[in-house]
Amino acid sequence: MTLHQEIFALVASVSLLLIILGLVRKRKIKEEYSWLWILISITILTLILWYDSLLFITCLIGAETPLTTLFLFGFLFLILVNIHYSVKISKFTDQVKKISQKIGLLTKEVEDFKRNKEKDK
Amino acid sequence: MDTKDALLIIPAYNESKAIGKIIIEIKNQLPGLDILVVDDGSSDETKKYAQQAGAMVVSLPINLGYGAALQTGYKYAQVKKYDYLLQMDADGQHEPKYLKDLLEAIKTKKADIIIGSRFLSKVKYHPSLIRRLGMIFFAKLTTSIIKQKITDPTSGFQAMNRRILNFFTDDFYPSDYPDADVIIYLHRAGFRIKEMPVVMYPASNKKSIHSGFKPLYYIFKMFLSILMIFLRKRPYKKGE
Repeated sequence: MTLHQEIFALVASVSLLLIILGLVRKRKIKEEYSWLWILISITILTLILWYDSLLFITCLIGAETPLTTLFLFGFLFLILVNIHYSVKISKFTDQVKKISQKIGLLTKEVEDFKRNKEKDK
Repeated sequence: MDTKDALLIIPAYNESKAIGKIIIEIKNQLPGLDILVVDDGSSDETKKYAQQAGAMVVSLPINLGYGAALQTGYKYAQVKKYDYLLQMDADGQHEPKYLKDLLEAIKTKKADIIIGSRFLSKVKYHPSLIRRLGMIFFAKLTTSIIKQKITDPTSGFQAMNRRILNFFTDDFYPSDYPDADVIIYLHRAGFRIKEMPVVMYPASNKKSIHSGFKPLYYIFKMFLSILMIFLRKRPYKKGE
């Protein structure tokens, strides 16, 4: 990796980390949704700063250049984040369904209750 | 016939034009039957017309989909401890005359669920070519998997007993369109399924709850659901 590439990757991963931490601090992202992002930026940061590990992984996965390894990891992590979201969205869909059903049923109970009360008067 | 122990569920989404007429027709045929319309987040006057016609209404705050609306009805029936359940669509596709037959069948025949089949009836039903092909395909698939002849797995015109109710209020029940997958699932759980002839008409209202879905997505999703049934653990037996 050239010095240029290294500096750019460093700046990018540090910015990502700072942005995510900033958003969590301002409560724009909940902690449970930020951990994957933080993991990504720390991993990329580690790979850049500890260059030998990057070379080792590059050799291990048979990539052409260390830069490819970085891209690959970034890409894999993005897929992971998306799968994570799909799981969460499915869970939310289910929760929204249950809440809406409950609201519907409870509203009917309340209406019935009011009607009966008026009849009693 | 005693109808006190039964509830009819009608999921409805923007059916203000059809709903009142259907309910009045049902009331004429089965005066004592409790009718629950599940208004699936309609933006029109579905709720008002259903109530005026004498039905009970549960109104969902948002549009959840046909399956989830039905399930709301199942949950209501479970709480209110109904023994038998009927269900039909609100768009005028299902001929109310057959409700009586369905109810009688679920009470007397040895079955946990009776599915009204439009293809067993002498009156012919003519859907579009692509729908017809899909229906035939999934009917054959269901038949070969559960080794029992099923002609109309898409039918939403059904009667069931309390045991199925407990099963259908579970999380697995699909929010969109319960179909062949649910029948296979029921069979795997050990429930007894039967079909009987009913008459269905093409939907009067074009934007009915059944139309509009993309056939390819639907076929793909159905395959996936059926595959998943076999990858998951066998569900408990007979709603116990």
